Amino acid sequence: MAIEVRIPTILRTYTDGEKSVTGEGGTLSEVIEDLETNHPGIKERLVEATDGQSDLRRFVNVYVNDEDVRFTGGLETSVSDGDQVVVLPAVAGG
Amino acid sequence: MKFDSLLDTVGGTPLVGLPRLSPSEDVRLWAKLEDQNPTGSVKDRPALRMLVEAEKDGSLRPGATILEPTSGNTGISLAMAATLRGYRLVCVMPENTSVERRQLLSMWGAEIIPSPAEGGSNEAVRVAKELAAEHPDWVMLYQYGNPANSLSHFEGTGPEVLEDLPSLTHFVAGLGTTGTLMGVGRYLRSAAPHVRIVAAEPRYGELVYGLRNLDEGFVPELYDESLIDARFSVGPRDAVRRTRELLELEGIFAGISTGAILHAALAQAAKAVKAGERADIAFVVCDGGWRYLSTGAYEGTLDEAEARLEGQLWA
Repeated sequence: MAIEVRIPTILRTYTDGEKSVTGEGGTLSEVIEDLETNHPGIKERLVEATDGQSDLRRFVNVYVNDEDVRFTGGLETSVSDGDQVVVLPAVAGG
Repeated sequence: MKFDSLLDTVGGTPLVGLPRLSPSEDVRLWAKLEDQNPTGSVKDRPALRMLVEAEKDGSLRPGATILEPTSGNTGISLAMAATLRGYRLVCVMPENTSVERRQLLSMWGAEIIPSPAEGGSNEAVRVAKELAAEHPDWVMLYQYGNPANSLSHFEGTGPEVLEDLPSLTHFVAGLGTTGTLMGVGRYLRSAAPHVRIVAAEPRYGELVYGLRNLDEGFVPELYDESLIDARFSVGPRDAVRRTRELLELEGIFAGISTGAILHAALAQAAKAVKAGERADIAFVVCDGGWRYLSTGAYEGTLDEAEARLEGQLWA
């Protein structure tokens, strides 16, 4: 189950400059774990643990097929072969 | 209709059915034409309300200087209102915004301080906060954290849509300052709690996300994620495609961010059709296409338009 994960400029130091990497897993959480084995350090930039509970960092937005995962189950959002995960820093609009 | 002044014409915009874009008799799309506000964008509502509230609480006194970080529309709205009420306006605006927006701001009498393209509106906010510290006598209304922003939609946009369309099932709007969705969302949560509140946010080119570190990220102080049900990221290609469809099929000449919102609205419509459910989906037309003509989004192929928008703040 290959999931494409698009990495923002600011995190490409962990992916040797690659814009896009692939991960394996049935949930976003598993994909991030898999990314961590190939790109050590990246997980800590995406996820933080508060009160023993893992969650996305405040200024990190993650989208599965363009939908914000905070509204689809967070780190437990299920993913399947061919899905695209996009990671972006939160920025202002207006 | 007769009004005492231009400021009295803000709000009360038409809600227009879209018979050709709606997938069926049971699943219908409705456009809230916010481009029909006096300066041509939805931002007239929060801008005027922020100004009025600041006058009421005494923070804004005659002859004062107003400061605001803006990618354009809020600044243009504030400039009009400030001129009519006798204030000076200084706007901090990212360099990568359309030339029309800069020209309009100047025409309405605002002074523009450019902020670096890299980092987009985040940089504008940062620069404005620095200026505010240097000029304690200036009044920063600060659309990202000012409750009067969402209040204008809580008392205006939300009730207007529900009154015109009591059968409303979905409300879809853009996510920038989050003011529209927070205000309408809060209103509908109590007045029509079954309505699904859907956010569409523009996905820009990489330049705009070029922060030096993740801690420089920005979430508007107004944002409360419990007031929305889904949030979609829409890139320039889909936004331009939908902007053109809205023009070709329904005759509505809207700005590019409206295309992004329509894209999310059509996804909700497709979902309802698939589930065999009835739906009345209202979405916001934020502004007209006029102030984006120079971006090149309205001519040539989608590939060409997408390439031209790279690095621009198109919403």
